[in-house]
Amino acid sequence: MSLLDRGVVGAAGSGDTPGPVRLGGVSKAYGRGRSALLALDRVSLTVEPGEFVCLLGASGCGKSTLLSLVAGLDPASGGTIDLGGHRVSMMFQEPALFPWLTVSRNVEIAMRLRGVGREQRRERAAALLETVRLTGFGRKRPHELSGGMRQRVALARALAQDADLLLMDEPFGALDAMTRDILHDELERIWRERSLTVLFVTHNVREAVRLGDRVILLSSRPGRIIEEFPVEQPRPRRIDSPEVAGLAATITDRLRAEVSRHAQ
Amino acid sequence: MPSETPTTGPALADPDTARRQPGGSTADEVTGLDALELASTRADSRVADVGRAVWSTTWPKLLAIALVIAAWQVLYLSEWKPPFALPAPMTVFDDIRELVVSPDFPRAIAITAQRALTGFLLAVVIGTLIGAAVARFRPLRAAIGSLITGLQTMPSIIWFPFAILLFQISETAILFVVVIGAAPSIANGLIGGIDYVPPTWLRVGKVLGMRGLSLYRFLILPASLPSFISGLKQGWAFAWRSLMAGELLVIVAGQGSIGSLMQGAREFNNAPRLLSWIIIVLVLGILVDILFNAADNALRRRWGLQQS
Repeated sequence: MSLLDRGVVGAAGSGDTPGPVRLGGVSKAYGRGRSALLALDRVSLTVEPGEFVCLLGASGCGKSTLLSLVAGLDPASGGTIDLGGHRVSMMFQEPALFPWLTVSRNVEIAMRLRGVGREQRRERAAALLETVRLTGFGRKRPHELSGGMRQRVALARALAQDADLLLMDEPFGALDAMTRDILHDELERIWRERSLTVLFVTHNVREAVRLGDRVILLSSRPGRIIEEFPVEQPRPRRIDSPEVAGLAATITDRLRAEVSRHAQ
Repeated sequence: MPSETPTTGPALADPDTARRQPGGSTADEVTGLDALELASTRADSRVADVGRAVWSTTWPKLLAIALVIAAWQVLYLSEWKPPFALPAPMTVFDDIRELVVSPDFPRAIAITAQRALTGFLLAVVIGTLIGAAVARFRPLRAAIGSLITGLQTMPSIIWFPFAILLFQISETAILFVVVIGAAPSIANGLIGGIDYVPPTWLRVGKVLGMRGLSLYRFLILPASLPSFISGLKQGWAFAWRSLMAGELLVIVAGQGSIGSLMQGAREFNNAPRLLSWIIIVLVLGILVDILFNAADNALRRRWGLQQS
């Protein structure tokens, strides 16, 4: 089933609230027969509407694969994915803005595909750029912006899809610490303002604790859910606060144990 | 107060409250960081002092021309060949002056330019269609992908004997060879562009809801533009070469093109005139190249790619 087909389910009216996102025993294998590589092994997960869930794991845990499956970019080998009527958008580590379009037109592209009129597109793009605090940058080209600004344009482009489920695949992985810190604040603000449901993949433990309502720890090869950590600290959190650091240390220990399991 | 519970539910605080909370960044912080990060790039772009940049690329060219003329003059003075075969530079320059004011000159340029443009445009249409088809359909690529590259490496002049048999001594024979010389490069430029669309862009396109034709229209075709332009540039070079070869071989009666005037000059042992035409053809080639480079550079600037 394609991303569009599933997206349409929730697009019926603007007033309806989506139900939970449910993954039931989702598996993904690459290749066939004896050489097949099992990337994800029966992952089951429920994400409530409006919840911010971080997926955490070492390399090879299939966390990005899981997002691709939820986004409908790849078919799952087994299990069920129920988006609960959410409309999906996805952000990647690279902003992947289109260099032949201005910033505003990059934001507009999803609307253009839906046949929204030019004036309306421009107005909405301007509003979205204001949301990501890039008012006045609409006519710039992507290369004229810094990395953090580009990632915010990518966020605005994703929001322009009217998505209420945002899948984020290490979106801040390539940014410096200061920029990332500020973007955490910004993302949190937008998540609240727009009642988004977020599934956020990272390998940065503190980032996961800073942002998530829950942190889901995945094992590597194959990816399985090994533990779940609810984050109780009130928001907004600071990434360098003792509470965040404390929970991050616990999770890191668990992650290290998982990594060293692969030494044998 | 938001400190009571972890705010798992969305939109519990209005945006203004969120902005003022400790740990939440302010609009000023965001804008300030943006300004700091952009400042460095602005300084970089200001470095280029236009006048100096032009001069620094011009003087090596002028020097090279001067050296070539000097060597030519020395060769002439050494009497390596008789003056009727190898004239002095000044003789040739005088002849160029005479040639460009003669009525033959604009007519020859017009005929040749018209042939070149017709052939090139036809090659663009055919090359683009073939390129798009090959890039889209896997079996077609297996069938003729390497054939296109083969054709591209073939000197197109070897088609002329056959073209003359097919179309006699005619404009069509010339057109045929010009197109067959240029179209493969153009097709390959487009195929290369389509093949190397970054995979992340394709994923983004799919996430945004692009399918089939819209994927081509909004993503793949614009993304392949740089490669397509270099294909056009190479295609032009092949078209121009094929045309010059064609005009020297296929002399259509009553069409005083550059090639036929050159053949005329050779029959009268008019070496200065031959060299005049050679220099003019060289200059024309350089001028067209400048046009293509301008297009290429404009694109690179817009995209923020490395300037060539």
